[in-house]
Amino acid sequence: MAVTPDDVRHVAQLARLAIPESELGAYVAQLNSILGHMEVLQQVPSAGLAQAAEEARDGMRTRPDQPGAVRLEVTREQNAPQMRDGFFLVPRLATHEDIGEES
Amino acid sequence: MSAALLDLGAGAIGAAVREGRATAASVLDAALERLRAVHEGETDLHAVLHAATQGLESEPLTAGPLAGVPVAVKDNFCTRGLPTGCGSKILQGWMSPYEATAVRKLREAGAVIVAKTNMDEFAMGSSTENSAYGPSRNPHDRTRAPGGSSGGSAVAVAAGIAPIGLGSETGGSVRQPASFCGVVGVKPTYGRVSRFGLVAFASSLDCVAPFGRTVDDAAFATEVISGHDPHDATSSDRPVPSMRVGPGPLAGLVVGVPTEYFPDSLDPAVRAHCERAIAALKAQGATVREVSLPHTALAIPVYYIIAPAEASANLARFDGARYGLRVAAPGVQEMFAATRATGFGPEVTRRILLGTYVLSAGYYDAYYRKAQEVRALITADFARVFASGVHALFTPTTPTPAFKLGAITDPYEMYLSDIFTVTANLAGIPGLSLPIGRVQGLPVGGQILASHFDEPTMFRVAYALEEALGVEAHR
Repeated sequence: MAVTPDDVRHVAQLARLAIPESELGAYVAQLNSILGHMEVLQQVPSAGLAQAAEEARDGMRTRPDQPGAVRLEVTREQNAPQMRDGFFLVPRLATHEDIGEES
Repeated sequence: MSAALLDLGAGAIGAAVREGRATAASVLDAALERLRAVHEGETDLHAVLHAATQGLESEPLTAGPLAGVPVAVKDNFCTRGLPTGCGSKILQGWMSPYEATAVRKLREAGAVIVAKTNMDEFAMGSSTENSAYGPSRNPHDRTRAPGGSSGGSAVAVAAGIAPIGLGSETGGSVRQPASFCGVVGVKPTYGRVSRFGLVAFASSLDCVAPFGRTVDDAAFATEVISGHDPHDATSSDRPVPSMRVGPGPLAGLVVGVPTEYFPDSLDPAVRAHCERAIAALKAQGATVREVSLPHTALAIPVYYIIAPAEASANLARFDGARYGLRVAAPGVQEMFAATRATGFGPEVTRRILLGTYVLSAGYYDAYYRKAQEVRALITADFARVFASGVHALFTPTTPTPAFKLGAITDPYEMYLSDIFTVTANLAGIPGLSLPIGRVQGLPVGGQILASHFDEPTMFRVAYALEEALGVEAHR
């Protein structure tokens, strides 16, 4: 299961990481090296054991799904970059070019 | 007077402040003075990223068990008054709007947060060399690594800035630097301490984990921060027992020594110190029994699949839209990608790529599911040994003493420095490292492991061993 440059490009896109082409080769080599050490796990006959281990534990107890407030150490207003008329002013995410001519 | 008090430990500082023999402000002054001294010129240990200023605590508590006790806190805990940056450029200068439960509990007990400490970026590393702000240095030899990822807190405690440090563990990030720096490091049972306000790395492994200059300081801190928290669904509602059990004989206690933790490749000097510690345990009345944890060698491959997989999901939130750094780009997707590529360092980038790869279609079963199954085998190894009448385990904390800064360049070789600590994180059991000796001036750590939620037994062994080895542990 050797990792290829295309694999790294694909995974970088999934992970929203801009990897320069000049660094691609190093990441391919490192991932292949690291994953090479993981191959030993394929020799372990362990199918079904995770479920058994989960059942053997106390199990994760759930709490009632009741919304509760988290006490803020500073007010929301103090944590906002800027406020105007009770609204948060934040940096623009999309530019007009992003939304094209639709608007 | 407060400078001398600083060296006495958390219990003595708290008592002095409660009884009016010292003030919290004077203790903080002494801590800040020492902090400055170890960050100057050629003696700079670079342990601290942000120091408190006098007056930060407008009304320091003077009645709590930790009244006036300075605590150094790792940079991945949300704190009020000081930035929370996780040793990363992507969160540079970020101020949290809320405080981590562990930090709040320390403050409510009277402790004073003296500094935010250096760390490997997002706790990914074993040397503190992956900090975006440069490595911390080992106080016993500045050319060597203090360990990581909580290296800054370990150095702060070892250098005498604070008797207690707060760190976090995902694979050994407190026990390994404790071993390298000659202090005590505790990884509590998963669920013993709330993770609320600890910036997530790998949620099924992350633990809030304290340092102490002594076993008692570490036990004190563990006791204060433990307990159920409605803000963390994985925190346990089991009652918190007293952790400060004190030194005493170990009669009736069975200590297991797992053969897999003493491979032929173990540094002979580390082995010799472990053998001396085992002899001390016997002399204290413990029965020592050889045991086997046969899946130990698989722990590093398992860990380095599960931890990056969880990290790739947890770190998706750092995208330039919600926190910290934003790098301008023509479109939103491009802005996300440019921000993350600029804000994350090479090790974080590598682990996000690895984690995304092992979770991606076609590879999930081969890597992630398999790793989860083998994790169950590792957990079962411990369960079997503890069910056989063994109360605690003794092992070396690390295969070698502190290595030179820059000496390890291969990522997987660096991962192997966690080989004796990562199993406790995978199994969720408590573990502790304490100094058991020195090799050419460098501290050597011994590790004590116990069954889930049995921290009192772990501390019982640690107190006894600390007393038995005494000053010998520091030679």
